[in-house]
Amino acid sequence: MAHTVSDGRDREIITPALREIVADWSADQEVFRHTHWGKAMMWIFLLSDTFIFSCFLTGYMTMRASAAEPWPNTAEVFALTIGGQDIPLILIAIMTFVLISSSGTMAMAVNFGYRKDKRKTAILMLLTALFGAAFVGMQAFEWTKLIHEGVRPWSNPMGAPQFGASFFMITGFHGLHVTCGVILLLIIASKVARGHYDRAGDYSAVEIAGLYWHFVDLVWVFIFAFFYLW
Amino acid sequence: MATTLADDLRPMHHPHSWVTRYVWSQDHKVIAIQYSVTAIAIGLVALVLSALMRLQLGFPGVFPAIQPDNYLQFVSMHGMIMVVYLLTALLLGGFGNYLIPLMIGARDMVFPFVNMLSYWLYLLSVIVLVAGFFVPGGPTGAGWTLYPPQAISEGTPGHQWGIATMLVSLAIFVAAFTMGGLNYVTTVLQARTKGMTLMRMPLSVWGIFTASIMGLLAFPALFVAAIMMLFDHFAGTSFFMPTMQSMGAITPTEGGSPLLFQHLFWFFGHPEVYIVALPAFGIVSDLISVHARRNIFGYRMMVWAITIIGALSFVVWAHHMYVSGMNPYFGFFFATSTLIIAIPTAIKVYNWLLTLWRGDIHLRVPMLFAIAFIFTFIHGGLSGLFLGNVSVDVPLSDTFFVVAHFHMVMGVSPVLVIFGAIYHWYPKIFGRMWNETLGKLHFWITFLGVYAIFLPMHYLGILGVPRRYYALGETGFIPPSVHLANEWISIAALIVFAAQGLFFFNMIWSLFRGPRADPNPWGAASLEWQTPQTPPAHGNWGPTLPTVYRWPYDYSVPGAPRDFIPQTEPRT
Repeated sequence: MAHTVSDGRDREIITPALREIVADWSADQEVFRHTHWGKAMMWIFLLSDTFIFSCFLTGYMTMRASAAEPWPNTAEVFALTIGGQDIPLILIAIMTFVLISSSGTMAMAVNFGYRKDKRKTAILMLLTALFGAAFVGMQAFEWTKLIHEGVRPWSNPMGAPQFGASFFMITGFHGLHVTCGVILLLIIASKVARGHYDRAGDYSAVEIAGLYWHFVDLVWVFIFAFFYLW
Repeated sequence: MATTLADDLRPMHHPHSWVTRYVWSQDHKVIAIQYSVTAIAIGLVALVLSALMRLQLGFPGVFPAIQPDNYLQFVSMHGMIMVVYLLTALLLGGFGNYLIPLMIGARDMVFPFVNMLSYWLYLLSVIVLVAGFFVPGGPTGAGWTLYPPQAISEGTPGHQWGIATMLVSLAIFVAAFTMGGLNYVTTVLQARTKGMTLMRMPLSVWGIFTASIMGLLAFPALFVAAIMMLFDHFAGTSFFMPTMQSMGAITPTEGGSPLLFQHLFWFFGHPEVYIVALPAFGIVSDLISVHARRNIFGYRMMVWAITIIGALSFVVWAHHMYVSGMNPYFGFFFATSTLIIAIPTAIKVYNWLLTLWRGDIHLRVPMLFAIAFIFTFIHGGLSGLFLGNVSVDVPLSDTFFVVAHFHMVMGVSPVLVIFGAIYHWYPKIFGRMWNETLGKLHFWITFLGVYAIFLPMHYLGILGVPRRYYALGETGFIPPSVHLANEWISIAALIVFAAQGLFFFNMIWSLFRGPRADPNPWGAASLEWQTPQTPPAHGNWGPTLPTVYRWPYDYSVPGAPRDFIPQTEPRT
């Protein structure tokens, strides 16, 4: 702007460090220096997607708080009988473990992507996709079990019908995200394997896919906490 | 596509045929025109619906073809189309697409392919919306707010298929907007040219940029609400549906919360008001500055006001729900936050007035519309102060006062800015000038007409005339003057409706017969007027990107050879 000279009052309220941050961000060309356009865009998309999941979860909590019938005890509903013993939430625990592990392999893939290690990046991404697919598979098993027990979006033999409705909607929407992520990972992994990014000299796509994957993982932690543990 | 290639022509998508140039185009300028034409076309549908509503209200019983069901459908579709499919799409998809890259000195949006998808998804959402007119039972008649349970319960027009097409269309629209909005935000953040700091961006870009961020955060709530209501409708869930007695039978739904929908809807709905208003604020600032030959007064304050309004608009949504019932403390909170918004908004209004003060005002058509905006916006804003207070809002709720208020503040005001903006940028977009006389005629009929329409509505509202009523009939508290006022409003509305023909005639006539435009007919300093070609060619800037040395408001600088200094002129 024409008037970059500030009057002394600015200086009193804004510390020099803060002023530098502001100056950096409002400088020309790029707010986030040397950041891939796709990466910036993915971050903004994830912010938007956060609002979608927040609305779903807030809506669910509102309904749960005002439901006319008792809410089923999730520890019992999601228990599995293994070797004659009821273990509460065991399937969900395994699913969570698998998904968190997949974030680990994804982080390693990004690391090897930075080092332009084609082989290891591709293998780790495939492994991540495999974990993701396993997660969706277990979710399908969980859905089947609940449907056999009579839980439907419109009714629920164990109490409030909103339980079935929000369960299928929220886990379904998250599962859809995981499925999209698996497909995205497979596409990027095959591009990595074919040397596409070596030719372009830029492995940013791996990191961008990684951002999405970690986000989906983080969302699950919230679903786990608010839906299963509450 | 890496950042270092911002000045490189190679990664751009170059069209090879007529189809890739004009239909499946990835050029932001073509996409902008596609967005605008589609938005204006569907907006015309909504305009016709409003004329039909006025026919019914002004002359009840004269048009037997308009039944109560039809009337409700007209109300609902008119509202939703105008707010979402016309204003949002035109201001962000149309002006956002056209202006952002040109004003910040970029060659295109950062992801042109995603940008193209955004338009085609938007077109799909419009097609699904229009399909609502042809499904059994017609479009939804639930009001534009689509409140459940009535929206999907028997007795409401279009409760079967009309509401379904509406919800699906909205969900598609949100996806389309997300693709566009991500592009607008990322382009502003990461693709500015050398010298274009954030505080050297024209206020139009600031307004569109902030509105895009708000859209990315507000539309999710609408998306979730639409998905949940679709579940309620088709899967029999009870998200929003309580136990009801409907048509003499108990519904199978139970325990749902209709209030939850209202919260989700207005968490989208209130920011939406500012998603429409902020680009209009930005654009009008630029129009006023250019045509008054003065720098915008208080640029920094204007930027801060835009961002503060954007942030505050996320914490005021329940002021639309005072009559839905809430804890009095919530009413207190939401009334306070609502009224606080008046402060940054008033700062903007004062700054516009101070920009005009002692300016070298050229009363060309765009300027007339910009000044008219200040009038209508102040009026709409002042009536908003009444409605923001709980105790005043309760008696005025659901009356014509509310209709008058929101039409003034977010209907007429942004539309006036859109008219001004089209008159202003048309010479750049198509390289032709408009007929000034026709433009002025269009302006005066429209401007005086909207006052003739909406001022009496305040009076009707204070008398207690309810909105969304098909006919008033013989009602004790409604004096005969109300019927006279309604006739007057309808006649005025039909005249304004017809006057829009002048605008469209002028637009099409100028496209072929208008005199060739100078590259910078208004003597504007901002970057979009400094393109090497008019209209700008693919890639916008020729072989090298422009360099920016100053802010876009150097008008009437003492000692300068001309009364404006383009942003590209180096400082001496």
